[in-house]
Amino acid sequence: MADSPFWMIWPGNAALSALAWFVVAMPFLYAARGPVHALLRALGQLAGGPLRLGARALLAAAHDLRERNRAVLLAQGLEETQERIAREFERVAALVKRDLEGYPALQRRLLDEITRVEEDYRKCGEVPPPPPEWVDAVAAVAKIKPNGNELVQRLLEEINVSIKAIHDKAIAEYRRAYQARHRILDGFMPFWRSLDRTLAHADRKMTSLADRAAAIDAQMERFEAIVKKSDRAEHALTLSALTQFFTATVVLLVAAGGALINFKLIALPMSEMVGAGDYLTASLRTSEVAALVIIFVEATMGLFLMETLRITRLFPRIHSLPELQRRRMMWAAFTLLLVLAGVEAALALMRDMLIADKQALLQSLAATRPAATDGWLTGIPTAGQMLLGFILPFALAFIAVPLESFITSARTVGGAALVVLTRTTAVLMRVVGNLIRQLTKVLATLYDILIVLPLLAERWAKSVRVPAPGRPAGVDLGVGERS
Amino acid sequence: MRRRTFLAAMPALALAAGAGCADPRSHAQAVYLLVDTSGTYASEVGKSQLIVNYLLGTLQPGDSLAVARVRSRSFSEKDIIAKATFDSRPSQANAQKRAFKERVEAFTATPQGSANTDITGGLIQGAQYLNETGAGRKTILIFSDMQEDLDRSTIRNFPIDLKDIRVVAVNVVKLRTDNLDPRRYLGRLADWQKRVKSAGATEWRVINDLDHLDSLLRS
Repeated sequence: MADSPFWMIWPGNAALSALAWFVVAMPFLYAARGPVHALLRALGQLAGGPLRLGARALLAAAHDLRERNRAVLLAQGLEETQERIAREFERVAALVKRDLEGYPALQRRLLDEITRVEEDYRKCGEVPPPPPEWVDAVAAVAKIKPNGNELVQRLLEEINVSIKAIHDKAIAEYRRAYQARHRILDGFMPFWRSLDRTLAHADRKMTSLADRAAAIDAQMERFEAIVKKSDRAEHALTLSALTQFFTATVVLLVAAGGALINFKLIALPMSEMVGAGDYLTASLRTSEVAALVIIFVEATMGLFLMETLRITRLFPRIHSLPELQRRRMMWAAFTLLLVLAGVEAALALMRDMLIADKQALLQSLAATRPAATDGWLTGIPTAGQMLLGFILPFALAFIAVPLESFITSARTVGGAALVVLTRTTAVLMRVVGNLIRQLTKVLATLYDILIVLPLLAERWAKSVRVPAPGRPAGVDLGVGERS
Repeated sequence: MRRRTFLAAMPALALAAGAGCADPRSHAQAVYLLVDTSGTYASEVGKSQLIVNYLLGTLQPGDSLAVARVRSRSFSEKDIIAKATFDSRPSQANAQKRAFKERVEAFTATPQGSANTDITGGLIQGAQYLNETGAGRKTILIFSDMQEDLDRSTIRNFPIDLKDIRVVAVNVVKLRTDNLDPRRYLGRLADWQKRVKSAGATEWRVINDLDHLDSLLRS
């Protein structure tokens, strides 16, 4: 009994006690119905209002962000397309300069060859002179029919002999003439071939120019679409940026692997130079940091080299340098890179020596005989390490290209991701706000269910009251009206 | 002019930042190996070479190692057989390790036995050596049966200071009396543990299996 809670009217019967308290409290709950409903509504507004406002603000921010992203993307695309068009025009100019510069000479040669061919053709057309006039006379005589007169017979035979001689002579002359024409035609062939080649060459050049013109047309179409700020252009640019981003990320990861290998190559020998006992942090040795610094310096030199070679455009200041200074800077970067590559090769050799020394020490400590080694075979890893140490800095220099792509595309991808994130947050805030407001309504209804008895009594009392004009008796004055 | 100043300041700035960011704590490790040469343990001395070899192969440039013998009175620098703080350059450290190994080999080849066993004196001497090295991690290895046997004039029954030092008993062989009553052996180890812990040691450990020395330096 003594252990029962203070609120128990009937000790040991919690349910009955609670019911009694509930009955006692019901009139008070009924009386407090209005304020409680107001409180719940206020709480719903208090939590839901700011959330709704926040969601609206976030949506507006997302819209602004999207517009800004769009502007930046289109500006980038415009600049890129302008560069491409300029590059295409440069190529066309180079083509024109290289190929069409010699066009007058080509034309002269073509004309010469055509003239020569025409002359030869004309020569081919020259036929041998026709047989002399007396041939007709002889032909007339030949038509005389032999009548058995010996004189006539002899005369005809003489004529026959003369005709045959003349015929043979004419045939020989025709043959000579045709031989001469065949020789001329034979002489045609090289000219025809040359003409054919020259025309084919000219055709190729024209085709190449046409291809370039088609490329320029395509770029111009893209340019126009970007200038018009069309959704298609924006979509294409976004897609291009995404592709660039992922490609650059993959290449940078590969480059990071190369840098890691490079680090492994030089970290140990760096401890021979700066000591192995100094630590910058709890787990980071100074020698490791020194190795990292060397790799970063190499990457930086590679970056400068690519910049000065105008392959990348990360530093506008470098691009605006005078030509002479740019060339000097390029040679300085290349020289430093070369020196660092040499240093790395030496460090790789030192690493191999240190490892061999350590191995020898461990073998002497373990009291085991060192394994027989072939000097030629053991030299291969050493040479490989040195070669790798020399090559990797130059390979790392090319990081600049994917890095530029990564940085450029990261702006677009990051912006798009931020827009998505902002919108998602706004939607979530709106959903939560609505949920809270609906929850307060549910709580108000639950409250009314708790005090359903007084509410029924109220309804009954109102139904028996004289109805107001225009309102029938027994109208339900339920939850909605009070609240 | 300003650009030149900036370019000149960059390396200086990097150096200053490097010096300022350097971790002031010592990451070096110092190990003091006590080798019992008393009559009951003299036959085990040769095995200590295994531990020394393991330590030489494990310790890094910048670490310190000392090997001392436990005799009738061990609180003396004369009992240190070999000691070295390895050079920070790996090649020099390797050369030092070779020389160290030769010195310890000479000692284990001709061990000189002692009538009594003063482990406490060796611990005090070892703690002094380790504290002088300034190493971040300090370990005393006791290669002994842990049976202290002092002569009447040697006084060691006072509190000792082993603060921030790990103490590892290695190859604690059982004596003939331990075989008769194992409680003697267990009690001896428990006494040492209590004494070492009360002296401020960070850890007390017993390693009897010389094939698993990898936990010697690992807490």
